[in-house]
Amino acid sequence: MKLKLNINNRFYNTNIDGDESLLDVLRNIGFKSVKKGCDTGTCGVCSVLINGKPTLSCQFLAARAPGHKILTVEGLGKKADKIVDVIVNEGADQCGYCGPALVLTTYAMKKELKNPTIEKINHYLAGNLCRCSGYEGQLRGIKKYMGVK
Amino acid sequence: MMKFKEVKHSIPKVDGRGLLKGKSAYTDDLAVESALIIKLLRSPYAFAKIKSISTKKALKVEGVECILTYKDVPRIPITRAGQSYPEPSPKDKFILDNYVRYVGDEVAIIAGTTDKVVDDAMKLIVVDYEILEPVLDFEKAIGHKSIIHPEKEIYTMFPMGLDAKNNVACSYMDTMIVGDVDKQMKESEVTIEQRYFTNAQQQVPLEPHTSTAFIDVQGRLNIITSTQNPYHTRRIIGEALGKPQRDIRIYKPRIGGGFGAKQQVHNDLFTAIVTLKTGKPSKCFYTRQEVQENTFTRHEMRFDIRLGADKEGNLEAFDMQLLSNTGAYGEHALTTFMVAGSKLLPMYNKAKHLRFEGKVVYTNRCSAGAYRGYGALQANFAVESAMRELAEKLNMDPTELRLKNCIKEGETSPVFKVMGEGGEGIAQVMESCKLDYCIKRGRKLIKWDKKYPSKQIAPNKIRSVGTAIAMQGSGIPLLDMGAAVLKLNDGGFFNLLMGATDLGTGSDTVLSQIAAEAIGVPVDRIVITSSDTDTTPFDVGAYASSTTFVSGNAARKAGLNMRAKLIEEAAKALKAVHKDDIIFEDCTFKSKFGGESITLNELSQGLYHKFGADMKQLIASGSNTSPKSPPPFMAAFVEIEIDTETGQIDILEYVAVVDCGTTINPNLAKIQVEGGILQGIGMAMWEDVRYSKDGKMLSNNLMKYKIPNRKDVKKITVEFAESYDPAGPYGAKSVGEIGIDTPLAAIANAIYNAVGVRIRSVPLTPEKILMAIANQNK
Repeated sequence: MKLKLNINNRFYNTNIDGDESLLDVLRNIGFKSVKKGCDTGTCGVCSVLINGKPTLSCQFLAARAPGHKILTVEGLGKKADKIVDVIVNEGADQCGYCGPALVLTTYAMKKELKNPTIEKINHYLAGNLCRCSGYEGQLRGIKKYMGVK
Repeated sequence: MMKFKEVKHSIPKVDGRGLLKGKSAYTDDLAVESALIIKLLRSPYAFAKIKSISTKKALKVEGVECILTYKDVPRIPITRAGQSYPEPSPKDKFILDNYVRYVGDEVAIIAGTTDKVVDDAMKLIVVDYEILEPVLDFEKAIGHKSIIHPEKEIYTMFPMGLDAKNNVACSYMDTMIVGDVDKQMKESEVTIEQRYFTNAQQQVPLEPHTSTAFIDVQGRLNIITSTQNPYHTRRIIGEALGKPQRDIRIYKPRIGGGFGAKQQVHNDLFTAIVTLKTGKPSKCFYTRQEVQENTFTRHEMRFDIRLGADKEGNLEAFDMQLLSNTGAYGEHALTTFMVAGSKLLPMYNKAKHLRFEGKVVYTNRCSAGAYRGYGALQANFAVESAMRELAEKLNMDPTELRLKNCIKEGETSPVFKVMGEGGEGIAQVMESCKLDYCIKRGRKLIKWDKKYPSKQIAPNKIRSVGTAIAMQGSGIPLLDMGAAVLKLNDGGFFNLLMGATDLGTGSDTVLSQIAAEAIGVPVDRIVITSSDTDTTPFDVGAYASSTTFVSGNAARKAGLNMRAKLIEEAAKALKAVHKDDIIFEDCTFKSKFGGESITLNELSQGLYHKFGADMKQLIASGSNTSPKSPPPFMAAFVEIEIDTETGQIDILEYVAVVDCGTTINPNLAKIQVEGGILQGIGMAMWEDVRYSKDGKMLSNNLMKYKIPNRKDVKKITVEFAESYDPAGPYGAKSVGEIGIDTPLAAIANAIYNAVGVRIRSVPLTPEKILMAIANQNK
């Protein structure tokens, strides 16, 4: 089926099968920041923002995507820099495979959380699994970005 | 304290910003669009013989390019372990075989133009199996009537006790014996004799194993792969396919985590053979289910520990009998086993009567292989639990018992000489060992004296503390070798070519810092490439806690060689200045007597454009292997809160004090420890590899196999001891594995300190704890 997708504020015409996930379609178009990790919507590395909300693209049918605004890290551009900096300054990026999704989700969290605390941050990001860092370093960085002591 | 300009500084990882901003960097990002998709038809049975297999119908599916069965692949026994040659693992695996030895073993390789084509074809392959009785319980493997490896061709490259007709992959007996353990056990005033079990664990790198292959313009097989060791992979692929290594190139891009999972060769075998057969690019991206079911787990182990001490707590006898489960194939069977002894026995070097022996058995389960901390972690659970049990009998504080018996700076242990990894070891004295400091410092950080053993904080809630200590190694002495090449460029910067493999650890950054320190330039003058078998020098790869220590020393040597060459050329350029009188500072060469100077940039321009007959390329290299493997040490302390009505445990804080020598990049070292600790806590608490009665893995996705999320542990605190090991690059020892070793025992000990029950198997589930409390109250 033919689709017109709004990705990072640009329209893309694409031809897909009805059962394809948004994850596969995004990667096929060339948005390689969106990663495949677990196939069951558990690990969070495929997260993108749909209308500003963090969404697991492996669990989202591409056929449902027209009419929605899809944002990947590629589209965040320079807006990602502050988040990226606080993470790399702690050395908490490690293998980086969960990184783009973490950056995107953190960006959405900053907009959504009114009075952030450590507990709220950890809750918001709980679906973004990381196997390398032990999370402490990511938290040290993200706390700074969120303005939490 | 030594002063350094580049090392011992926390700089961001050289690739960090690019990775977080989603640059194409991993294997799947780099595969060509036209690559054939490869999937595997896998065995539904734990043990069976293929009576017949027909691919006729499947081959008719439009878009199918090739289907390979055991009849179509070379019958050459290999090991997929990814170790140095000759490998210390049995050569007991064919690319495909007419026997399938666990649920998921490969039956056929299918390649086609799309996922759907391959899926359709897979359904049309007809296999007739003769179902055999599987061996699923590793304690019943020896002498079982089913023989898992009846094939004649399998062999080992040196004697390791392979006894296939009894399902024994290797055995290690009558060798690691010092003194007379049995006699001493009778004479010691206080003794402990207990059995402990550790379950398998999954590495769970978030990037699934991925491989893509193509033939280049010189007709050579190129493989881009998520590997921890490109050079071993090249050799193994060559061996498996009967092809000269000359015709194979392995390129490692960025890797999305490994932890040992990517030391072994998995889907490279399939992309290699499909691309060779079809001449077309191919790609194999494992599903998470395949990563769980069909790559390797940690070895399941059973320990029988005996400790003997006098009444003052001086350890006299230390006996460890081990049974290890290698699953269907024997990758890392021997070495994982030996590490269990070699990383624990020397830590308590006061005991004079030592023994370590046992066997590694085959079962019809997922193969076991490399996983961070292998052997050492399992043994740590057994020994550090037993030490707490001994402390109880002695009525002694567990930290005091450890301080009394642990190895100290300047000391040694006979074990270093007797056993290494796969064979004899090499004697060594601890030139750096701050373990006693780590214990004392950790005790303070957790407030042990206030909190030990426990405190009731509500009618059903108890808080308690527990401890465990650990040692690792830094590479395998005189076996692991790493090399580095530095090339000066026009523009005054350097390419650092490393065979060492950054799999997300930050080694590219750490090695760049070391090379920069050695040359005497800022780290931004270094551009690192790792690793590519065509262009970077040899390195064993990223395993056995080797990269910073082994490859780091290679980078240091290459840097010192480059510095010497630069100074020599600068002396020539500055005419009449002897090279010994040259000062190289701030990227500028000058005479110590003053006068003219030349910048590094000017020197490089001269060497490549202006010096006429003196023009030349500056290249320096360094290789390193070490007779020493200085152990890093760690003392761990955990505070937990336990709900006595539900058995639920909350980890309130995990404190680690680590001696890893100089931290080349303190931030990255800290993350290594924190990440290791959380993986260890995962195994201690939740990560449970479970099988059905028929041997099918149940915990085959991340919903059923729970790795920790960021809410699971309240706080991890890591500190480093001030330490310097003269054998390491700028004093560094390894830090990659030490973090993962202690949580099993530390938490089990904290549970004991809270409720007085001893759980001798992991994971430490609420069910086990409640049952133990119930039994205690009977």
